[in-house]
Amino acid sequence: MESALLYDRLQFAVTATFHYLFPQLTMGLALLLVYFRTRDLLSHDDHYHHVARFWTGIFALSFAFGVVTGIPLEFQFGTNWAKFSTYAGGIIGQTLAMEGLFAFFLESSFLGVLLFGEGRFSRRTQWFAALMLFLGSWLSGYFILATNAWMQHPVAYRVAEDGRLLVDSLTGLLTNPWLLWQFAHNMTAAVVTGSFVMAALGAFYLLSGQHLVQARTYVRTGVVAGAIASILMISPTGHENARQVFEYQPIKGAAFEGLFRSERGADVLLIGQPNTETMTIDNPLVVPSALSLLVYYDLYANVKGLDAFPRKDWPDNIALLYYSYHVMAGLGTMLVAVMGLALLWLWQGRLFTANWLLWLLMLSAPFPYIATTAGWMTAEIGRQPWLVYGLLRTADGTSPLVHSGNALFTLLGFLGLYLFLGLLFLFLFAETVRHGPAEAASVGGPPV
Amino acid sequence: METFWYSAVTFMLAVYVVLDGYDFGVGMVYPFVARTEEERRHALSAIGPVWSGNEVWLIAAGGALFLAFPRAYAAGFSGFYLALIIVLWLFMGRGLAIELRAHVDHPLWRQFWDVIFAASSGLLAVVFGIALGNLIRGVPLNAEGYFFVALWTDFVPGPDPGIIDWFTLLLALTSAVLLTGHGANYLAMKTTGDLQARARRVARLSAYGTVLLVALVLPALSGVQPSFRLNYDAHPIGYGWPLMGLAALLALLVFRARERDVAAFAASSVLLLGLLAGTAWGSYPNILIATADPSLSLTITNASAGTYGLQAAVWWFTIGLAIVIIYQLCIHRLFWGPVKTEPRDLSAH
Repeated sequence: MESALLYDRLQFAVTATFHYLFPQLTMGLALLLVYFRTRDLLSHDDHYHHVARFWTGIFALSFAFGVVTGIPLEFQFGTNWAKFSTYAGGIIGQTLAMEGLFAFFLESSFLGVLLFGEGRFSRRTQWFAALMLFLGSWLSGYFILATNAWMQHPVAYRVAEDGRLLVDSLTGLLTNPWLLWQFAHNMTAAVVTGSFVMAALGAFYLLSGQHLVQARTYVRTGVVAGAIASILMISPTGHENARQVFEYQPIKGAAFEGLFRSERGADVLLIGQPNTETMTIDNPLVVPSALSLLVYYDLYANVKGLDAFPRKDWPDNIALLYYSYHVMAGLGTMLVAVMGLALLWLWQGRLFTANWLLWLLMLSAPFPYIATTAGWMTAEIGRQPWLVYGLLRTADGTSPLVHSGNALFTLLGFLGLYLFLGLLFLFLFAETVRHGPAEAASVGGPPV
Repeated sequence: METFWYSAVTFMLAVYVVLDGYDFGVGMVYPFVARTEEERRHALSAIGPVWSGNEVWLIAAGGALFLAFPRAYAAGFSGFYLALIIVLWLFMGRGLAIELRAHVDHPLWRQFWDVIFAASSGLLAVVFGIALGNLIRGVPLNAEGYFFVALWTDFVPGPDPGIIDWFTLLLALTSAVLLTGHGANYLAMKTTGDLQARARRVARLSAYGTVLLVALVLPALSGVQPSFRLNYDAHPIGYGWPLMGLAALLALLVFRARERDVAAFAASSVLLLGLLAGTAWGSYPNILIATADPSLSLTITNASAGTYGLQAAVWWFTIGLAIVIIYQLCIHRLFWGPVKTEPRDLSAH
């Protein structure tokens, strides 16, 4: 059954990673759409109405892909991880059911109102629908992160006679200390993705001389929101997340920092390749004592390295975990720099004519996606070898009777299907961009 | 408490079948009753604003099942592994077809998604019947509370069953005919002209088909799963559900003959509710019936998620559900009546 475990893990990794490319955009855009709809409600011309309609179209496209790729995740808890579901369903069943009841219904019901309501409902109704869409998508994020936070840092449970876990306190589950910073970090990152995509598309239109009036709004909104969100993403939310890893999951922290041996005055490793055989780092470039300072606010504090823990509790892919973390942190810093620069130029009124900076904004669009994906890889690879941290090992959570032949078949099916879906999304995104906002403003999306 | 959750899951599944059932039905009859591009757009915009909200009822029912009876969720989902993943793929194709068809203005693009939409709707309707058949017939649960069934074995509902056998196929056919009729009734209510006339004809034919199939299913069911009879005889008040279904079927025939579309759709909804509630009544308190040894069945007691969890969830669940029903009613009301005909309103974008 060992290969079945591998396929189960790969399948969840592939489907979750691919899925999250879409919600990070929709959750980010949902906030910006509320802003646009509010401006539309307060203004006397149609400018913001057209802006909102165009971005509602992009939102809807990404949302549709998010919905169809999201369903497999809830299913897989049962299909591939039956023992985990039996063991922990009494707890995560709560948060997953809350997500369905409080979030999915809101999102899907009010998206229909927003998409089909043009010319039928008042602007106030549409504003309300946008607000409900925002609420629904952020609540969805909250409940799913509550589920993940519980797997990272189990709280509010007790063990039943048959060994299964039962929930002990709903409030405890929903105010898991792990969850609060994780939610803040994740949602600011989603706003970063939404802002970068918006600014990049505006930059593209400006550079290619199309839809100039609309494009300036996209760039302006994207840069202001992106600058604020990318700073918040790093500090305090990213910083506090890292500190809480060192508090609750010190092995994960040591592994992603590449800290093989416990050290007083531990360094932050900027680049370098970990060698898990010799427990050393090749080609290191470090900031001395910075890790001790960042984690414990003390230059001489002792930070536990991997050698302080038994090998059987080490994450099973240290190098990948290390790279994921460093890619996330490196790109996150770069995103702040890009947005900071753009904000400065915007402030001085030079941004719309600074072609080099518009190019930079346009080409930066993929990087929030990569940073977010790498961030999630850090969280999840770093959780290994545990499925529920400290309680249930990943190897003990799979479905006992689903053999590897079936798991491989569906994994291959998902790979093929998602390749097709990815191409389809890119094609449709390009079509939407080609049609542009003018058309979106007059007929509500590409002509039928 | 467990009984409350058993009823809640049943209720949500039944609402799901009534709501999403009509848009599955529309999918199945769509290529046949809607012939011109304009008619197809009408048919699609009859379900466009609401289908996704309808589908969430299934997700929420799954969530409630997971919350209240995690062992049943885990056993059922892993036991029907392959079938469920294929169901997922069908759901994905269907969702994309509805959402994406209007994105590119090219006949080949539309034809492609039309085929995906119709085929996935039809296959899913068949699958729902098969799934119900499996729940009624039972599955080979082992002592740990897990099972695994292949897609088919010898097509006989015996001790080593496959997902597909003659009994589940019979239910599959019933489900397909029922939902075809349900969707046709919905279209008849939401459209006008030729499209409406064709939808009415399909709805009438499926009503006749339903009479025939129900006459076949009832004896087959009591043969395959005799324990249902015991349950009904112990609590005869439960006969109310299937009787309600039969009354609704009768009403459906009458309303169809008189071409009263709204009433016919309502009757079709009650029919579905009655049949599903009747099944749940027969199965209670089992969630997954074991074929080998009845003591291995997963019931609302041995699969339960514990008293505190179930009690705590009751209040937020009830409030949440009430809110959902209120705003979904509001939204259905906003889109009430035959679909508008101006093409500008019809973008499914």
